[in-house]
Amino acid sequence: MSKQNTYSPSAEVGSVRTRRTRKQRIWIELKKAPVSAWVGILIITFYAVMAIFAPLIAPYGEAEVFDVPFAQWDDTHWLGTDQIGRDVLSRLIFGARNTIGIALATTFLAFLIGGSLGLIAAINRGWLDQLISRGVDVLMAIPSLIFALMLLSIFGSSAWSLIMIIAVIDSTRVFRLTRAVAVNVAVMDYVEAATVRGEGLGWIMRKEILPNIMPPLVAEFGLRFCFVFLTIASLSFLGVGIQPPTADWGSMVRETAQLIQFAKYDIKAALTPLIPAGAIALITVGVNFLVDWFLQKSSGLRDE
Amino acid sequence: MNNGTTSPKSSDQSPDQNDVLLEIRDLKIEGFADEKWNPIIKGIDLTLRRGEVLGLIGESGAGKSTLGLAAMGFTKAGCRITGGSIVYDGIDLVSATEAEKRALWGTDLTYVAQSAAASFNPAHRLIDQTIAATVREGLQSSQAAKADARDLYGALSLPNPDTIGDRFPHQVSGGQLQRVMTAMAMSSRPKLIVFDEPTTALDVTTQVEVLLSMRKAVKEFNTAAIYITHDLAVVAQMADVIKVMQHGHEVEEADTRTMLSDPKEEYTRSLWSVRMLEKEPVHSDDIVLSIDSVDAAYGKAKVLHDVNIKLPRGKTVSIVGESGSGKSTTARVVIGLLSASTGSVSFNGERLPAHLKNRTKEQLRKIQMIYQMADTAMNPRQTVGEIIGRPLEFYHGLKGADADKRVIELLEQIDLDESFFDRLPSELSGGQKQRVCIARALAADPEIIICDEVTSALDQIVQEGILQLLLRLQKEKNISYLFITHDIATVSAISDEIVVMNHGAVVEQGSKDAVLSPPYPEYTKLLLSSVPEMDPDWLDAVTAKRSS
Repeated sequence: MSKQNTYSPSAEVGSVRTRRTRKQRIWIELKKAPVSAWVGILIITFYAVMAIFAPLIAPYGEAEVFDVPFAQWDDTHWLGTDQIGRDVLSRLIFGARNTIGIALATTFLAFLIGGSLGLIAAINRGWLDQLISRGVDVLMAIPSLIFALMLLSIFGSSAWSLIMIIAVIDSTRVFRLTRAVAVNVAVMDYVEAATVRGEGLGWIMRKEILPNIMPPLVAEFGLRFCFVFLTIASLSFLGVGIQPPTADWGSMVRETAQLIQFAKYDIKAALTPLIPAGAIALITVGVNFLVDWFLQKSSGLRDE
Repeated sequence: MNNGTTSPKSSDQSPDQNDVLLEIRDLKIEGFADEKWNPIIKGIDLTLRRGEVLGLIGESGAGKSTLGLAAMGFTKAGCRITGGSIVYDGIDLVSATEAEKRALWGTDLTYVAQSAAASFNPAHRLIDQTIAATVREGLQSSQAAKADARDLYGALSLPNPDTIGDRFPHQVSGGQLQRVMTAMAMSSRPKLIVFDEPTTALDVTTQVEVLLSMRKAVKEFNTAAIYITHDLAVVAQMADVIKVMQHGHEVEEADTRTMLSDPKEEYTRSLWSVRMLEKEPVHSDDIVLSIDSVDAAYGKAKVLHDVNIKLPRGKTVSIVGESGSGKSTTARVVIGLLSASTGSVSFNGERLPAHLKNRTKEQLRKIQMIYQMADTAMNPRQTVGEIIGRPLEFYHGLKGADADKRVIELLEQIDLDESFFDRLPSELSGGQKQRVCIARALAADPEIIICDEVTSALDQIVQEGILQLLLRLQKEKNISYLFITHDIATVSAISDEIVVMNHGAVVEQGSKDAVLSPPYPEYTKLLLSSVPEMDPDWLDAVTAKRSS
């Protein structure tokens, strides 16, 4: 009470507290997370472990061919074999690595392209903004799957062209979002203060604006990842995505699709094409759980 | 619960008791932050009679707004009432159900918020929002309420009272919107209105009109009111009784005249003495910055007309004027955010490139700027150390331990300490934020600092601290200030010379004494006479003088 009647600038905020470390803050957040978020985290961890340790976990090699095609589920091949006699379980595990890896790379690239252009457009607000935005409008006007099919048939179906093409197409959505949120930040006084200080475009983009638009971008990253994942799976299903012998869930569904018609004779065999499809569905659900939670609390700046 | 909520009980009581409209006893409120409940209001008593206006005054964080809202039985999300009673007209608002309170809110108990612009729905016409609660509770038919609202607009001296209600919120000015909000609060003829800093966001000339019309309306309808503010001079005009608060406690309460002439407590006296800061003006012919016949425009709209301002070295030139007078635009031309269409800005006799892109790093370094809203002037994701450290690295190439050492020196210069190094702006008070902004400007080692309304968002005590800091820094480092403000008290505290601006042109420039003493040009006179004084009769005197 001694400082009641005197004024001291450092005592203006009553209780001075030390800021929590990042680790503490993350732990507090996790403790408060809803069940769905935990389920999401578990699913994603499971997939990540599968993808990273695929060669150790998988019972057989990715392209190892056995004598019996379309073998039944048994102790040697838990999920049977596919049309040329490769172990389905092993391919499922390796598929996680390939599909998730390519989807992640694509999403990162899409954010790099779309995010940078969005930030530049938001800061510039002039003819450059118009040029980029209208260009993006043109790209977005073309249905993305058909556009991807067209480009893939022009450039060929290598993993690299797959990544580049989907990244460019998806970067248009990222651009839209980045530009929309960055415009609100770009007009703040602290951005003006940085401009007046003489800071370059790179600093303003990375240090002044980007940290303040991270929450919506991270949430979008999760959603975008799901869409990219589905696009790759669809393209693989259509036969222009990831090429054999590389294991991939989309092409696995296609390769064993005809087994579905034997459902009335052998229910287990009919399930074989549904398992990779289910794997795709499950990771999409898991990522969405996590993103939902993140979106809910994305606006908070304080570490309480 | 439709029409009026006066309980029959109150009329049976003795006339003395009957007079009391609101009685708060030993009220305690806590707020949830940092994973625990912290006391905000620590046992406050308050008694308000019918038709009486109570002024609540104190620094930010004193609990004024929380108490004001609690008087209506309302607590913000994350707050809870932990003890005491709030009895309004025989109803205990602490134990009343949500539905009971809801019937009172907007009809018997109304609220005028600080930012009218943020409180109106931009999608609806003003008149529909004015009468919404009145019609909803069935007090009046829509037609009658609208007619009444038009009368209220008239009583609140709004222009075109018959048609202004048909406009949308963005089509009227800030001062008008604040009065429409008062009309909204008056529409149901409430018994109690809570005004939460309703004129803080307005400039002086508008503030007088709003104050006057609010007071008139409150008196005319014999409404009781709680008027929350941190501006003493304003509360002196409005209130019958003043209550001073600090840290959730009551410091003292007395009727306005007694309180102004004879405050009991040390703390109250310190509030009173804030505006005693004075600076002896010194004349100098050593011009560091010269603005020569500058015209400037935003697109086609011309905002500056032939502006000439000279800033002597180591001195302060204040630019005063109401909003829209071109003060801030002048600052933008000086720092090069807006290019002058004609005329030039010279620094140390050397003509500066019009746009900041063409200026050298040295030129940029020597002219720094401090903003009005320290909140938005600092990146919320950077720590104090990063904010102050960046100009050190950018202009002086300081890095690592050297830079950290210098940041701590700067923090000490602005009366803060090392413990602030790792804090985020959201963990600072308003005054501390502004100090960090000053430190950021100092880090560049500038010759000129442009201060754009740097104190107008702060409490009086904090304002004084900042002004003293600026004066001290000027003495130590011989920095020149271009000080933009609409507050005449600040001007007399800090400036050597004054420039009065109106409609984008300079009305007069001269030494402080010359400008602040008669004879004045017409506009300067209006501006000076609009500054509230700590005299309860001031508003009446001004009105009498202007109408005669």
